[in-house]
Amino acid sequence: MKIIAIDSSGLVATVAIATEDTLVAEYTVNFKKTHSQTLLPMLDEIKKMTELDLGSIDAVAIAAGPGSFTGLRIGSATAKGLGLALDKPIIEVCTVDALAMNMWGTDDLICPIMDARRDQVYTGFYEFDVNDELSVIHERFAEDISTVVKMLNETGRRVVFLGDAVPVYKDRIETEMTVPYRFAPIHMNRQRAGALAFLAMRYMREGRTVTAADHKPDYLRPSQAERERNSNP
Amino acid sequence: MGEVRILAIESSCDETAAAVVEDGRKVLSNIIYSQIDLHTIYGGVVPEIASRKHIEKINPVIEAALKEAGCKLSDLSAVAVTYGPGLVGPLLVGVAEAKAIAFATGLPLIGVHHIQGHICANYIEHPDLKPPYMCLVVSGGHTHLVRVADFGKYEVIGRTRDDAAGEAFDKVARAIGLGYPGGPKIDAAAKRGNADAIPFPKAKVDDSEYDFSFSGLKSAVLNFLNHAEMKGDTVNPDDLAASFQKAVVDVLTEHAVMAIRQFNVKDMALAGGVASNSALRASIADACDKEGVRFYCPSPVYCTDNAAMIGVAAYHEYTKGNFADYSLNAIPNLSL
Repeated sequence: MKIIAIDSSGLVATVAIATEDTLVAEYTVNFKKTHSQTLLPMLDEIKKMTELDLGSIDAVAIAAGPGSFTGLRIGSATAKGLGLALDKPIIEVCTVDALAMNMWGTDDLICPIMDARRDQVYTGFYEFDVNDELSVIHERFAEDISTVVKMLNETGRRVVFLGDAVPVYKDRIETEMTVPYRFAPIHMNRQRAGALAFLAMRYMREGRTVTAADHKPDYLRPSQAERERNSNP
Repeated sequence: MGEVRILAIESSCDETAAAVVEDGRKVLSNIIYSQIDLHTIYGGVVPEIASRKHIEKINPVIEAALKEAGCKLSDLSAVAVTYGPGLVGPLLVGVAEAKAIAFATGLPLIGVHHIQGHICANYIEHPDLKPPYMCLVVSGGHTHLVRVADFGKYEVIGRTRDDAAGEAFDKVARAIGLGYPGGPKIDAAAKRGNADAIPFPKAKVDDSEYDFSFSGLKSAVLNFLNHAEMKGDTVNPDDLAASFQKAVVDVLTEHAVMAIRQFNVKDMALAGGVASNSALRASIADACDKEGVRFYCPSPVYCTDNAAMIGVAAYHEYTKGNFADYSLNAIPNLSL
């Protein structure tokens, strides 16, 4: 099995080519340039570098959300275009699940946090089980950072934080956490398409794919216009 | 079979569209998914809602365009996409999709200017139309008077300083309770009304004889409605629609005639969504007749946002070898 993995859900743009045994290539950029300008040139670069025959690809894995609405769509449209042109399925992977995959080997409760603005984060709670498989304790949700911290305190477990909301809410976390915690180091604290690819290949083995036409991002939140309309009917 | 077949994608506003065009004139397919019903309850296009719908519809629309054209991707010469101007979220969907298809197939990628696309819509049904000519582009987002010097060579003679003409139609339609989209509704109401009932001002722009301004006219309409309400007068919405529409059409026609005379062109074309407006078509056609110039206008299906026009414009970039690389970005305020 060989797949392309793409994540442009946050500030990081990351792409990878992977097989079950090998991370053939991964290109990750954390720089203020729009994903629209960087994502496909990055994929083109690793394709050329590894002499990839696109016809040998079995599926395209995409970080399907939550995250930046625009970032998600750039990634999704890229995956959908690849899927359409190569006639291959899409493997949708939750962005916070893929982030948690970065922390393979830890005994901590894993809490990826992505900045969702308005004091909120996109998050989920995870751990690695006895078989070293990523296990979901609380599936993806959008919540106020203080409520997330309170929920973590109630578990009584040591927590590891990662994600682009860490620098945004570090002070609040340090003030409000009552259980032990730590922050992941730079090589594992942001989206990595290699980790996304690893999780995606598990889903592929389990038959969890969708067609390129059917794939759409999982925003987790309605648009602002819909929110306002629903609150003032 | 023609020489050059282009898959074109358009998603700059609230239409998800794809088409296959052969040799810059022959439309093999033209698929348009309109989201208008989604936005009607909001009284206008909501960019985030439009972007979300584009992502859902883009693959089925492209697949339908290929199927109707009887084409496989391997039969194509290039992939083209609108990269501006327009709403950034919607544009990005089409741009990312087109780039990925070009990358996966190895086909060249062409970035197309949306307004150039509207102008090129005229070539589809008028094989005799060739530059140089004058084109009036009027839509919900644009009001441009353009001199087409050559294929792919455009000179903007005049543009709106504020609202686009179509925007003014939408706002006035909302004010008199006709709803969204305003253009066709004003057009229909105007047919029942008296265009000379209310003398609205024709907006002039002081320092440029060809530029347009429609926000003043829109304010005049709103003020008229407010005054009438305060005095307890009833306003006939059909008369108001007809009078407002006449004010818009008159100024567009005057500028077109001025340009025809000054630049001594023999052909005049209309383009853009508002080119479907029956009063505008009739007025420009009549003026062209009086001036002794030929008048061109696309059928309504090629006036609204569509991808066939993008495929036509792309052909003229293709023949010049104007290809984009994979860093092509959406540019919401792209100039002509």
